[in-house]
Amino acid sequence: MNIVVCAKQVVDVSEIKVDSSTKKPILSGVPQKISDIDKNALEEAIRIKEKHGGKITVVTVGPSDAKERIKELLAMGADEGVLVVPPQNADYSVVSHILAGAIKKIGGYDIVLCGEASIDMFSGQMGPRVAGLLNIPQITYAQNVVVEKDKVVSERNLGDKAVTIESPYPVLITVTKEINQPRLPSLMQILASSSKPIHKWSASDVASGKLEPKIKTVDIKGVPMVRKNVIFHDDLDQCVNKLVDELAKVGVLR
Amino acid sequence: MVLVYSDDKKLTLELLNKGKELAKELHKKVIAVCIGHDSFAKDYLEHGADSVIAAEADLHTFKAEEYASILEKIVKENNVEVVLIGSNKNGKELAARLSAKLDTGCVTDCTNVYVKDKKIVTERMVYSGNAIAVEQFLSHPQIVTIPPKAFNPLPKTEGHKGEVIKKKYDFERSPSKITKVQEMKTEGVNVEDAEIIVSCGRGFKNKDDIRLVRELADALKGRTIGCSRPIAADLKWLSEDHWIGLSGHKVKPKLYIACGISGQIQHIAGMRDSGVVVAINKDPEALIFKSADYGIVGDLYQVLPKLTNAIREKMG
Ligand SMILES: Cc1cc2nc3c(=O)[nH]c(=O)nc-3n(C[C@H](O)[C@H](O)[C@H](O)COP(=O)(O)OP(=O)(O)OC[C@H]3O[C@@H](n4cnc5c(N)ncnc54)[C@H](O)[C@@H]3O)c2cc1C
Repeated sequence: MNIVVCAKQVVDVSEIKVDSSTKKPILSGVPQKISDIDKNALEEAIRIKEKHGGKITVVTVGPSDAKERIKELLAMGADEGVLVVPPQNADYSVVSHILAGAIKKIGGYDIVLCGEASIDMFSGQMGPRVAGLLNIPQITYAQNVVVEKDKVVSERNLGDKAVTIESPYPVLITVTKEINQPRLPSLMQILASSSKPIHKWSASDVASGKLEPKIKTVDIKGVPMVRKNVIFHDDLDQCVNKLVDELAKVGVLR
Repeated sequence: MVLVYSDDKKLTLELLNKGKELAKELHKKVIAVCIGHDSFAKDYLEHGADSVIAAEADLHTFKAEEYASILEKIVKENNVEVVLIGSNKNGKELAARLSAKLDTGCVTDCTNVYVKDKKIVTERMVYSGNAIAVEQFLSHPQIVTIPPKAFNPLPKTEGHKGEVIKKKYDFERSPSKITKVQEMKTEGVNVEDAEIIVSCGRGFKNKDDIRLVRELADALKGRTIGCSRPIAADLKWLSEDHWIGLSGHKVKPKLYIACGISGQIQHIAGMRDSGVVVAINKDPEALIFKSADYGIVGDLYQVLPKLTNAIREKMG
């Protein structure tokens, strides 16, 4: 099985601070990481490879420093990395063209794996867009993946129902966070990964034609949440009574 | 034209309201689409659609590839400029696949949509609820997905007339095959509609202890319980319809009580629009207190029974 995993470098959303005067999030200087669910996608790829053999290539469209993050993915078990730095103002359309182009250039793929969504923007667009550009079947929100000789069988989690779907290769699958628990690489693996290649391709190497964004971000607004933050401690009975009185006062006990 | 589509009828009615408003501003008409049947055509007309396209197609199950192929044809034939799609899981993958085919922009999960300089502007939550991105289209058609309850449906106009266009569509077939559809275990709770939610997290040691949350919910006559992701996804103590947060349900009750929940940003993303928020946690440093109006620092095993009693007494 030749597998391509799409992995995005994102800001760690739990580390975002809010500027107290503008109420906008401060995005510069926030630690970066590989989006959680993309690690689930890689973990699934590794499990498939362990059973069926093959090769795993990870593709990241992101800034040059994403190379450090790709190293973590190589340590986990990917064989090769590809980094493509996008032009400025790249939107989903531009990035999907680059990803699809890179996947074509890698070639000979059976499965493309992505996370169901990236944890920064959480739009869930990238997988289906790339599948559309490659014109291959898509299976989204997969909660398991079983690889067979000439088909893959997978269960989509739609919340109220589970839909089992089978597809021939090549196919694009987006996985949920519940599908597995991504492994932590050992020190040996981390050391060994330094000899694995990371190719740096330019956007024009992989995507022909003009890469024009279709969406423009006009503003990133803050979402102030105003809460009273009245916290009771000490004597428990008093705490409970005070809380109940407050709740009655604000009119939610009816 | 403004086109409206969802496989969920209720959601389609909500989209029609927004579609109608956008169409008016753009001096266009709004069409609703049914795929594979025409059962809701009359309802759609009575709730604001100028016309309904009932696409007859030889398909029985949803596959985004095939639905996108049909919608692509409808969009091109009708000169559609704005496409509103219901933001459930099928709708989102459909919208994205359609955008790739039409080589156009798409914004998902928009909670606000309006027209500025004849272009669609959207607002959606990003960075797990830390911010709202305001985005504007640079391409046509403009594809937007809208989650349930972002807009109300229009009131029904009995006997409202409009054209129902029944037409057969060929489409690109997907080589994939659906072999099984299984209803998942749910308890039929609807946290999205609940007025009072008592929610539990990893602070609970056993499945049976969730009884403490149920009792408090009963005392509050709210009866709806919710939970953080680990309770539904990892421990499976409650079914997924209780799960609140970024990857679960988004709720806005008038009272939300979080018990033994740490308050990670992905949980807050699902309940930040609640009215009054109460937190019970034994860790005074727990993040949840920052997102709470009232909090009690204490062991939930002691706090909950006392709180339930006190509320029973108060409410009589
Ligand atoms: C992509 C992604 C999506 C996610 N989506 C969601 C989502 O939709 N919803 C969601 O909830 N999470 C989601 N998460 C997970 C989220 O980051 C947290 O891991 C999760 O919310 C933690 O759940 P918790 O608060 O129940 O558990 P913990 O973080 O383990 O917190 C347990 C809390 O209980 C308290 N406690 C323990 N014992 C007691 C006691 N006896 N009395 C009182 N308090 C006690 C502790 O002090 C602690 O604060 C997501 C994560 C990612 C990466």
